[in-house]
Amino acid sequence: MTSIVDDRPAAGAKDPEPPRQSPARAALAFLRNTWRGLTAMRTALILLFLLALGAVPGAMLPQWPLNQPKTQQYITSHGWWGTLLNKLQFFSVFSSVWFSAVYVLLFVSLVGCLLPRTLDYGKQLFAKPVLTPRNLARLPHHSKSTVDGDPADVLAAARHELRGWRLVERAEADGSRSISAERGYLRETGNLVFHFALLGLIVAFALGKMFSYTGQVIVLANGSQFCDSGVLNYDSFTPGLEVDGTQLDPWCVRVNGFTASYQPTGQPAAYSANIDYQSGDDLSSDTWRPYDLKVNSPLRTAGDRVYLIGHGYAPQFTVTYPNGQTRTGLTQWKPDDQTTDLSEGATKFADPPGVTNPAELKQQQLAVTGLFAPTALFDGDVITSTYPALDNPAASIFVYQGDLGSDAGSQSIFAIDQGMVDSGQLKKVGQANLTPGQSVTLSDGTKVRFDLVQPWVSLQVSHDPTQDYVLLFAILLLLGLITSLVIKRRRLWVRAGPSDDGPPRAGGGSGRTVVEIGGLARTDQAGYGEEFVTLSARLLAAARTAARSSAGKDTT
Amino acid sequence: MSVNHTLAQYSNWAYTSAVAIYVLSMVFYLAEQAFGRRRATAAAPARQLVAAGAGGPAESTATPPAPPVSRPGERSMPERLGRMGIALTVLGVLVHLMSIVLRGLSVHRWPLGNMYEFMSFVCLIAMGAWLIMLRRFEIRRIGAFVLVPVVLLMFLGGTVLYTQAEPVVPALQSYWLVIHVTVVSTASGILLVPGVASLMYLLRNAHDRNPARFARLGPKLPGVDTLDRLAYRMTIFGFPLFTFGVICGAIWAESAWGRYWGWDPKETTAFVAWVVYAGYLHARATAGWRGGRAAVINVIGFAVMIFNLFFVNLVITGLHSYAGVG
Repeated sequence: MTSIVDDRPAAGAKDPEPPRQSPARAALAFLRNTWRGLTAMRTALILLFLLALGAVPGAMLPQWPLNQPKTQQYITSHGWWGTLLNKLQFFSVFSSVWFSAVYVLLFVSLVGCLLPRTLDYGKQLFAKPVLTPRNLARLPHHSKSTVDGDPADVLAAARHELRGWRLVERAEADGSRSISAERGYLRETGNLVFHFALLGLIVAFALGKMFSYTGQVIVLANGSQFCDSGVLNYDSFTPGLEVDGTQLDPWCVRVNGFTASYQPTGQPAAYSANIDYQSGDDLSSDTWRPYDLKVNSPLRTAGDRVYLIGHGYAPQFTVTYPNGQTRTGLTQWKPDDQTTDLSEGATKFADPPGVTNPAELKQQQLAVTGLFAPTALFDGDVITSTYPALDNPAASIFVYQGDLGSDAGSQSIFAIDQGMVDSGQLKKVGQANLTPGQSVTLSDGTKVRFDLVQPWVSLQVSHDPTQDYVLLFAILLLLGLITSLVIKRRRLWVRAGPSDDGPPRAGGGSGRTVVEIGGLARTDQAGYGEEFVTLSARLLAAARTAARSSAGKDTT
Repeated sequence: MSVNHTLAQYSNWAYTSAVAIYVLSMVFYLAEQAFGRRRATAAAPARQLVAAGAGGPAESTATPPAPPVSRPGERSMPERLGRMGIALTVLGVLVHLMSIVLRGLSVHRWPLGNMYEFMSFVCLIAMGAWLIMLRRFEIRRIGAFVLVPVVLLMFLGGTVLYTQAEPVVPALQSYWLVIHVTVVSTASGILLVPGVASLMYLLRNAHDRNPARFARLGPKLPGVDTLDRLAYRMTIFGFPLFTFGVICGAIWAESAWGRYWGWDPKETTAFVAWVVYAGYLHARATAGWRGGRAAVINVIGFAVMIFNLFFVNLVITGLHSYAGVG
């Protein structure tokens, strides 16, 4: 803080306070300002309240972007009410028109509030502390005492004690001198930093939503590769508004293996995928770099992040057709039970060898469906899994033959088309419980063999170009918030004038000084009482010490 | 790493003992409430000033204005009961702390891995924060009301939410668990006390306006200024801490779930709570909103925090609901 000495008499002082207006204009200005201030803050408060209220259904109701099946189920099971809520966008709150309206309004209100405050703040930076009030006794905090020594000594000591305060010393009309001191300007700085950081955070967040994308892909952990070269490589891809999928950063990963360890209860203890990756120059030189991909430690490369978000098992089946030819199918099955990894799926054989006639093809397609248990326990013929590790793998399969219905369009890779089964175009032709190496022979001589099991990993790729800025703004926001809450704005005035009491001295006057101290808290009024008492005691003590040393003698 | 079941057992015993001690101290506070005479109106502010001025251990040094029944220099029976309540609370906090430390030692990890442990920690912080505030503010008479949510939370934590001592799933194996969950639960514990204080403020305020309302309870509560200051002081400490906790959570979410913010129910409710507390701070700086309205907002914030602690983990499915229940 700077300290300014102003020796001109207070009456003629050029003060940064607004020039005196006519009472009517002043009243008008006061009303206008009050009205503005009130409405702005009240509006902002109501908008804040609406924002909080609007976000509540986002937590209470299932949301489309988070859980589609659950949302669909909720709507179906709540009849017209569910449909109405859906129309009113209650299942996608954070992209709804009304939620957006609230935060856009709040944003505008924030900007409208911040601009004038920033201007004020700029002026304040160069303003001198206000004039000492004529009657300090009318302030909330006040003390008055008489000390030995000259006013000049007293004020010099006070100035010394008030280091860190912005202060100005003025000579007053009646011959006394006073110090106006103020501190806590950083509070407003912190406040503005907080609000601007909030604006920055919102803007960065919104930009991130536009230019980010996420994609999920399942990769077999047997040396299979995945390359981020196009949207079609993903199993699912969620682009931001401004992402068309043509501008992906190229990189590749190769998943060599996956290991999981579990507690005896089946609770997972650790997941780890052993991967290699290449990006940038490594792509042209075909250099692979190893990485140990784990939960909580994503691979960060080429501006993207690759996460290990799931895993499961892929049973491999080999079909030996009656003509002796074989087809091998290796498809990931989906874990149904998260604690035991009991999985279900469908391994499809859509192209029986030697069949080209479409009509015949529709008789000959095969699918192996059923359940797979990494640690199987059979209750009769019913398979369950007791543990998620591959301790005793077994599959309980149904073999279907006929038309898989793959012409009809996209299908789930985890299931066969139940419609084809219901219409009789896809018939169950066999079932068996198999362990790896075992096989079952169908009535037409086709042999289905359960070869082995391989793990797969589910990877999520995330791209968000603005998240570092969001973090930066969040940190600024926090620092601004702490500053604005911790720093207190305080005003203090010290007036020192010669005392009429006491015996006259040779140098004129009584040699004693009346010190009047007044204090005003501009924020956190409650705490200023104690502070003021300590501070004024310190000031007086300093004044007494100064007086003693300047007088060169010890007085009581 | 295996679980040390002996230590886990001791931890559970300490937990139960802590709850019992808290209940007992609540009984003492209530006894003070019930048998204490209405404080002489003149004595209250004087006492308050002494306590505030001393700043430090005012509780022990300041001579309380003698209640009419007792001889000078001697404390009345109700006051002695209240002081015993404080002593019991201190004992309860120590036993409670021991329970948490033993839990951590028994599972060889930071003891904040599931809802039971989380709840226990929140309550410990709330009680600790309350004891610290007790040194600065004359608020012993709301002791029972602070203990009500704490004892309830701990009872539910020990029964409904109780989880065996065991290691945590891979998603929680991160040093961010220590940072994020510790900060958030500390903030939650700290914000619990101003919630109660604001609630008491509303009661006291209603009584001050119309002495017929809460006629028995009202006069025994601390003054509105004390309650307001207590609520504000603790909120401006808890709110930035909560903000920091949410930011830590976002950083962790970025490395665990692939995005820093995804409107997961827990995140959404944290956002709601944050906005409500921001509203409280703004209200307190707005003419016409100070006092009662601000207190209402603070109570809403408190309700949202409790809702976030419980409902979101137990009832709604989200990424935060792995906490070992259901």
